[in-house]
Amino acid sequence: MSTTVISRKKLVVIGAGMASGRLLEQLFEAAPGAYDVTLFNAEPRGNYNRLMLSPVLSGEKTYEQIVTHDDTWYTAHHVDCRFAEPVTRIDRKNRVVYSNSGGAPYDALVIATGSAPFIIPVPGKDLPGVVTYRDLEDTQAMMDTAGKDAVVIGGGLLGLEAAAGMAARGARVTVIHLMGHLMERQLDPAAGYLLQKDLEKRGITVHCKGATKAILGNDRVEAVLLEDGTVYPADLVCMAVGIRPEVRLANDAHLEVERGIVVDDALRTSDPHVFALGECVEHRGQVFGLVAPLYDQAKVLAKTLLDQPAVFAPVQTATKLKVTGCDLYSAGDFADAPGREDIVFRDPGRGIYKRLVLEDNRIIGVVMYGDTNDGAWFHGLMKDATDIGPMRDTLIFGPAFQGGAAPDPMAAVAVLPPEAEICGCNGVSKGTIMDAVAGGACTLDAVRACTKASASCGSCTGLVQQVMALTLGGAVADAPAGMCKCTDHSHEDVRRLIRSMGLKSIPAVMQELGWKSVGGCHSCRPALNYYLLAEYPLDYQDDRQSRFVNERNHANIQKDGTYSVVPRMWGGVTTPAELRAIADAAEKYDVPMVKVTGGQRIDLLGVRKEDLPHMWADLNAAGMVSGAAYSKGLRTVKTCVGKEFCRVGTQDSTGLGIRLEKLMWGSWTPHKLKLGVSGCPRNCAEATCKDIGVVCVDSGYNIVIGGAAGMEVRETEHLASTPSEDEAIRIILAVTQLYRENARYLDRIWKWMGKVGLDWIRAQVVDDLENRRALVERFEISQSVYRRDPWADLSTPSETPKWAPLADLTLEAAE
Amino acid sequence: MTIFVDIGPLDAIPRQGARVVKTGQGCVAVFRTMDDQVFALEDRCPHKGGPLSEGIVHGTLVTCPLHNWVFDMNSGAAQGADEGHVRTYPAKLQGGRILLDATLIRARSAA
Ligand SMILES: Cc1cc2nc3c(=O)[nH]c(=O)nc-3n(C[C@H](O)[C@H](O)[C@H](O)COP(=O)(O)OP(=O)(O)OC[C@H]3O[C@@H](n4cnc5c(N)ncnc54)[C@H](O)[C@@H]3O)c2cc1C
Ligand code: HEM
Ligand code: SF4
Ligand code: FES
Repeated sequence: MSTTVISRKKLVVIGAGMASGRLLEQLFEAAPGAYDVTLFNAEPRGNYNRLMLSPVLSGEKTYEQIVTHDDTWYTAHHVDCRFAEPVTRIDRKNRVVYSNSGGAPYDALVIATGSAPFIIPVPGKDLPGVVTYRDLEDTQAMMDTAGKDAVVIGGGLLGLEAAAGMAARGARVTVIHLMGHLMERQLDPAAGYLLQKDLEKRGITVHCKGATKAILGNDRVEAVLLEDGTVYPADLVCMAVGIRPEVRLANDAHLEVERGIVVDDALRTSDPHVFALGECVEHRGQVFGLVAPLYDQAKVLAKTLLDQPAVFAPVQTATKLKVTGCDLYSAGDFADAPGREDIVFRDPGRGIYKRLVLEDNRIIGVVMYGDTNDGAWFHGLMKDATDIGPMRDTLIFGPAFQGGAAPDPMAAVAVLPPEAEICGCNGVSKGTIMDAVAGGACTLDAVRACTKASASCGSCTGLVQQVMALTLGGAVADAPAGMCKCTDHSHEDVRRLIRSMGLKSIPAVMQELGWKSVGGCHSCRPALNYYLLAEYPLDYQDDRQSRFVNERNHANIQKDGTYSVVPRMWGGVTTPAELRAIADAAEKYDVPMVKVTGGQRIDLLGVRKEDLPHMWADLNAAGMVSGAAYSKGLRTVKTCVGKEFCRVGTQDSTGLGIRLEKLMWGSWTPHKLKLGVSGCPRNCAEATCKDIGVVCVDSGYNIVIGGAAGMEVRETEHLASTPSEDEAIRIILAVTQLYRENARYLDRIWKWMGKVGLDWIRAQVVDDLENRRALVERFEISQSVYRRDPWADLSTPSETPKWAPLADLTLEAAE
Repeated sequence: MTIFVDIGPLDAIPRQGARVVKTGQGCVAVFRTMDDQVFALEDRCPHKGGPLSEGIVHGTLVTCPLHNWVFDMNSGAAQGADEGHVRTYPAKLQGGRILLDATLIRARSAA
């Protein structure tokens, strides 16, 4: 041991984390004797690899394996270790830092206090059992959750690593995420969807668009309550909603602090004797959350401390999630902006998604999921700003690939399990078709003959052909055209695949079915939104932004951009009070035209958008709801007065109409749905040109469907007759549900009927009682969600301001 | 150099949606894409004056709600067979706030 004790300069370091650890390594290597080092740490231990807490949590590593500097190392470098001793104060004037056990003088001071996890200020946040994810103590609390319920708030990097780690320990884990998809800062919706799917496969429940309202419990945490009323049981809650630089000491010492401690390029703070590095600093407006730039800072600060010139310049950092089996990679900027282009590659079969964002023939952003092998290569091209022009066409396939085949459009069908249903009419599975082909049926007719697949409505023909092609190893005749330029799959295929693959969101459909565009188009988005809400009424969250203006704004847009408002009049029956409220609203909002519609109600035309919610609130107050005169859904049930007043009426047509309208209002259908009920064959309600009509007769009710009175004028055809009003209603609900489940978006009933045949419809809803019952039940399930007034939902104090302009610059002083 | 004026928080516009700003030069539609880019376009379709702010937003395109013309929000150019141009204005995002070209405060005659 050396005995030459020269009075060396004193360096005090606050925080024994990743950044200061690297700094000390650099310093001791470059100039072993330059400083006497005192190292304070709030944690009762020295430097360990914080990144590796996740493998410790999941059980893939032990704490001992992630220690960076052990006692031997500190002793060898004569570091005075003051662990479990948080610094409480910096006295800059006298250059001393204080902890609760006394002071330590310095010539140079380094603040490396890292970050503090952000705690959302909800009731219950301080209950025992609520942890964050930052240090070993947090990790140990989470390791102890086997067999218990754990809720992670926050679906970013940290939250997901916590969730996956606890799931690996045998906890039942739920992730609550505020945004629409996971890791929204690193991933676009498509990649976020794939990630969610992989996590769900591990038994993790993911709740997106979930805002935490409170953490519940008496002596310790018991559950988490969301704004939407959902409650998740919890023995442990991990808050991982973000971090903020730990700047309290610096603030108290009056150093310059913005979001972080402000440092210059040499990592000096506003005091020339005080330096800072790591997550606690802010450099040129930027704060840090990943280690790569902190290591660069450590290099620079080591030089600064040795009076050598050095400049810190942050480089772009890539993100990887450390959850075994979830491969994702994201770097750079992947937002759309002027002059940027995308190259997208999807391989639904293998769950792969890659997207490159280009600007001026250079890569500026990379998002990859499923196969991230080429990440480093793309990142290299990005950092070097390489001109990718010459390899543009094959770029996305990576360095190993030059000039390969296009992705396989049949991939989605290829990955379907054999039991997946292909033909809904006849219940034929993929396996059955493959068996038939293997058994020698190599034409479509032959397959139809022996399996009945696509032999009924025929809408699954494309899929059947794809299954045959896969089995035979070649193409089989032409499949029907794609639903729009974004996909080669037909409407029918998409619908069927939504069902058989259990796809529950628009990004899911686009990813799994290999959509060719980034966000769809105006023709597929509304269709997908409808298919999803019809298929999963309880799970699917209606996407307003995928709806046409009228359905988004719940009013009909007019050619001048104003709207029309039509309140519902059940069966065309109104009251003086309702009429008075309508008249009042018309006057109050200066309605230019009040008109009686062909659907037996009153239209207020020419209403300004910002007035809509106010007018709705007024009409709601008088007991009226939206007439949905704008929807691809139930419009009106037109009735005649029937036997209550009419001298030739046979049944209570008005009453039946009102019953039907009250059961069916709010339902979404592939196209608009108009009903009519006439009290006798004189047919004053014109029921025989409606989508669904009822013509009453002495013996009961004739139900007719498939009428139209638009550009196409068609008379309805007879579906069924029944003596019972209740049965008439059940048949009508069943045929509506059959139409909802099977018709192509924007096909009216007559068009759908032309494709599947009236006989098939009759077999489903009239003859097959069991099926009728099931259809009615599914309609009811859907209505339990959708039988509600959008006007009431949208005229609330929080929604109403959104209908007005965002800002009015004409009121600003022109300067 | 463009001078910008703060018109509100990003959160005030839904993803894949738009809000209108009244300006000295008429209504301007401010759009927010799925990945939080903002664009500002004149809220008047060159075809028959449809309010583009009510259109469906897909990628960086918007479809007019009246007759389905499609415009690229980067350039304002109509896509496909349709010919026409919507005026675009400088807009940007800074610290979660939307900033719009401040010259819009002035009336067109003065601009
Ligand atoms: C679970 C987890 C996983 C991560 N995964 C990754 C990853 O995969 N990739 C990546 O790049 N980054 C990752 N990070 C982020 C990375 O760990 C941080 O960027 C890095 O640790 C920051 O280094 P630092 O030195 O600034 O702060 P820290 O490492 O947090 O060190 C700060 C230290 O200062 C101490 N301290 C604070 N105040 C005082 C005081 N008043 N007195 C004394 N001591 C004090 C703290 O106790 C702490 O030990 C992860 C973080 C966590 C928590
Ligand atoms: C682009 C096509 C169409 C447009 C723009 C349109 C427009 C309208 C408008 C503005 C109304 C008044 C209701 C309101 O203001 O909200 C209305 C109602 C009506 N339309 Fe159409 N319509 C279209 C297609 C059709 C077709 C194809 C038919 C016939 C099959 C039809 C039949 C009716 C009937 C019967 C009503 C009265 C219904 C009610 O009161 O809600 N319309 N339509
Ligand atoms: S349809 Fe028959 S019952 Fe109804 S009003 Fe006309 S004549 Fe009377
Ligand atoms: S007004 Fe926009 S497309 Fe006609």
